[in-house]
Amino acid sequence: MWIKRLAQRIAQPIDPWLLLFSLLLICVSLATIYSASNESVAKVTSKLVSVGVALVAMWLVANLKPQKLMALAPPIYLVGLVLLVGVALFGDITNGARRWLDIGVARIQPSELMKLAVPMMLAWYFERHEANLRFKHFGVAALLIALPMALVLKQPDLGTALLIAAAGFYALFFAGLPWRVMAGMLVVFLCSLPVVWSHMHEYQRQRVMTLIDPMTDPLGKGYHTIQGMIAIGSGGVMGKGWLSGTQTHLDFIPERTTDFIFAVYSEEFGMLGNCILLILFLCVIGRGLIIANNASSVFGRLLAGALTLSFFTYAMVNMGMVSGILPVVGVPLPLVSYGGTAMLSILIGFGMLMAIQRDRKLMKN
Amino acid sequence: MSRRTFLRDHHGERYSFQLRLLVAITIVLVGFGVLLSRFVFLQVLQYDKYHTLAESNRISLVPIPPSRGIISDRNGVVLAHNFSAYTLEITPSKLDGTLNDTVEGLAALVDITAKDRRRFKKLLDESKDFESLPIKTRLSDEEVARFAANAYRFPGVEIKARLFRHYPMGESASHLIGYIGRINDQDLKTLAEEERLGEYKGTDHMGKFGLEQSYESELHGKTGYEQVEVDSGSRAIRSLHRSSPIAGDNLTLTIDIQLQQVIEQAFGEHKGALVAIDPTNGGILAMVSRPGFDPNLFVDGIDPVSWRELNESAARPLNNRAIQGTYPPGSTFKPFMALAALETGKRRPSDAFLDPGFFTLGNHRWRDDKVGGHGYVDLVKSIVVSCDTYYYRLANDMGIDLISGFMGPLGLGHKTGVDLPNEKDGILPSQAWKRRYFKRKDQQRWLAGDTISIGIGQGYNSFTIMQLAQATSTLVNDGVQFRPHLVRFIENSVTSERREVEPQPRQRLPYKSENIEVIKRAMVETNRAGTGAPAFSGAPYTSGGKTGTAQVYNLKGGKYNSHSIRADLRDHALFIAFAPADKPKIALAMIVENGGFGGKAAAPIARTAFDYYLQGKRPVQAVTKLESSPAEEAEPVDGEDANLNEAGHHHVD
Repeated sequence: MWIKRLAQRIAQPIDPWLLLFSLLLICVSLATIYSASNESVAKVTSKLVSVGVALVAMWLVANLKPQKLMALAPPIYLVGLVLLVGVALFGDITNGARRWLDIGVARIQPSELMKLAVPMMLAWYFERHEANLRFKHFGVAALLIALPMALVLKQPDLGTALLIAAAGFYALFFAGLPWRVMAGMLVVFLCSLPVVWSHMHEYQRQRVMTLIDPMTDPLGKGYHTIQGMIAIGSGGVMGKGWLSGTQTHLDFIPERTTDFIFAVYSEEFGMLGNCILLILFLCVIGRGLIIANNASSVFGRLLAGALTLSFFTYAMVNMGMVSGILPVVGVPLPLVSYGGTAMLSILIGFGMLMAIQRDRKLMKN
Repeated sequence: MSRRTFLRDHHGERYSFQLRLLVAITIVLVGFGVLLSRFVFLQVLQYDKYHTLAESNRISLVPIPPSRGIISDRNGVVLAHNFSAYTLEITPSKLDGTLNDTVEGLAALVDITAKDRRRFKKLLDESKDFESLPIKTRLSDEEVARFAANAYRFPGVEIKARLFRHYPMGESASHLIGYIGRINDQDLKTLAEEERLGEYKGTDHMGKFGLEQSYESELHGKTGYEQVEVDSGSRAIRSLHRSSPIAGDNLTLTIDIQLQQVIEQAFGEHKGALVAIDPTNGGILAMVSRPGFDPNLFVDGIDPVSWRELNESAARPLNNRAIQGTYPPGSTFKPFMALAALETGKRRPSDAFLDPGFFTLGNHRWRDDKVGGHGYVDLVKSIVVSCDTYYYRLANDMGIDLISGFMGPLGLGHKTGVDLPNEKDGILPSQAWKRRYFKRKDQQRWLAGDTISIGIGQGYNSFTIMQLAQATSTLVNDGVQFRPHLVRFIENSVTSERREVEPQPRQRLPYKSENIEVIKRAMVETNRAGTGAPAFSGAPYTSGGKTGTAQVYNLKGGKYNSHSIRADLRDHALFIAFAPADKPKIALAMIVENGGFGGKAAAPIARTAFDYYLQGKRPVQAVTKLESSPAEEAEPVDGEDANLNEAGHHHVD
């Protein structure tokens, strides 16, 4: 029957596990957004629309062959670079930083694209030099990371620059960056800290201190963290129950549908809910790493590994910042926070994972 | 063999990759483990603490707004300060009855005027329900007592002690001091974008105009806060921690407010602008824009009637004419043209020619207003008698791009960078400018005729008075240019440390000192025996100047007759001047809108300013009072310039 055939066609490129875990996380997201927006159906509907769009994008990407993804890597990376240069030259200034580029039809944020393009590019590069990998190749790869990173830093957007660097670093890591080099980098980084500190202006130090200890700016950024901690702590083991978070509904938590949505969730669903959320995230990450392990090519392995660890980084950084162990940087909780662009790039990433996984299934058959 | 190596490599690599996967899994598990232990810490171990905080008692952060920095003039006269007063405030969302009933009830206790009501209604439209809005500011002690006794009848209405901004000078210097106003939605958005919302918790005003706006971040100060424990009725139980606010920095201006007021009075009812600069450091001594307005109206939120009056008045009192009005410089442009001629080698001081009273190019004839011409004219005489023909020729010899290339570095047609918001650029015409400015291809080409009227400061030229003052001051300071500035130093409110705003010159223009001397000599001669002489006769100091007249109305070849022309179409009177001649301490540029001839309408005001600044002499009433109609004056003997060519387009902003 044609319906069955259609269903098969739709299901064919999908990895059921990854889809299942993603949908569960999205359910968590919808429930929490409903509560955090004071039961606004409109907000939930609008989230559903962006979920729909992102799922279609994921499916389309999942249909591509990894070879196709690989062929696309350099052009996407180059386009991303050109757009970043464009932003530096003609970008719109929002929030005091140049991040958006108006291309006539829409405003786009090329740094978001770079989060996918950098691991793709590196995976492509290492695949090409797979047979005779030398140390110099890591140097070139580092340059491939440094270029977009510098451009994003210039915007200035330290948070995104670090996330792009992290995605690139994960690709280097899986490509076999020697352990001693990594150890050396760590040592150099730690040693440079006091030097950098002594060269900073007083106001810069102040900003760093606020980043580390929110209590020094209790009316500004620190306010978010303090209220977030109260929300999480008062949730207890069982939580206050869905739609019953007092911190949330008394307006104490700022940005409660976006960056601080975890505080809302945690207040209402408690430690139990947190464990469930951590397990869901673990399942996604585990599945991603399995796909990386199964991948038939270097490109697939590196891309899957880097994308998965990036996903972990977002989740870790967001929950860490809301619960007060990491500085407040604007990173949404992946798949859970309200916000279409982040959702889109995450699910496109998952589409790539699925494409890599399907390719391996095909080979087996 | 090669196959073996490949396989071995392949396996080796595979193994290495899996090892790294294991490391990655470990890192993920460790990371989530840290998170989990954090959750255990917050939600299990510290549950009681946070539960109490969230449920029964809440820690509330009460912001304590800082007091705004004080603005004073160079002699310490206070121009903007704060005082504390009680206000009666309504939070609409907390009211029991209707807003109208509440206001009526309050009106029985305190005096609420119609103006207060209008102002309140406007605030209401601009803000959100849960904001506390003042219905009446500056309550008397008696009113405070009367309300306090009846407060129980008015839930949602409170008396608050607040700091108010006051501008003791009223209309005087209003354009430069500016004002603060209530923070509106647009401001909130901007603050949020700059991540400065935290600094403005508890503050409901910010700089909206003038120095109050441009030095907002210095004047504002740092908000303090008090951490208080509140019960479920949000009454404060005890203070846990207090961090005091830090008052904003104080501004000491370069302005001499006495001089400013002397000049403002000298303007009388005339519209116009004047900028006086200390050429040796770029400090602005006076910056007048007439008419002015009372900045105190804006502090509590201006009521709609007053706002309409100010905003819709044809005299545009809210417009800072000194930096936002752009005008053709008229003949005040000639000294700069003359300097350009000397510096570029197009003229020597001694070059003279016989002025026939007109200049011809192609089919066009540009006339000097003195029929028959000025006889033999050299460079000095061309300035003293304001000979147009000399400059028609000169402009034609130089060409537009050489002219604009010289005037650009002098700062004409570019923002001076004065420390005020919304400064205008004006227009310094060049071939490239005309290509950019006009859309139609046939209008874009620079015509040789366009250059001619530029020579006498007419045509496309359009500068601000601030630019003219800067250029004059740079000229008399031997080419050493400072950025004009109003703030002399910023004083830290805690440490009293003073930070100078502009200690270094911006650039040194490489003019030959003998050339500068020639121009200065010609300008001194202008005030001694030329078009500026009537205003400066008997002055105990020597001064230099140049008069100018800018056309508002294109006469289409007709003869200018001030009687037959509407007052708002009469020519603008301009004047640039400096004194004392040997070591200038003050340089100025000014315009009297529709004032007629520069020598008659503008120069006397400059004289008044110099007399006061150099001699401490205050004007007698008769001197300050200008004739309201310059039309009664006879045409000046030596012929002020009226550019009567057919091709003249005059843009007056």
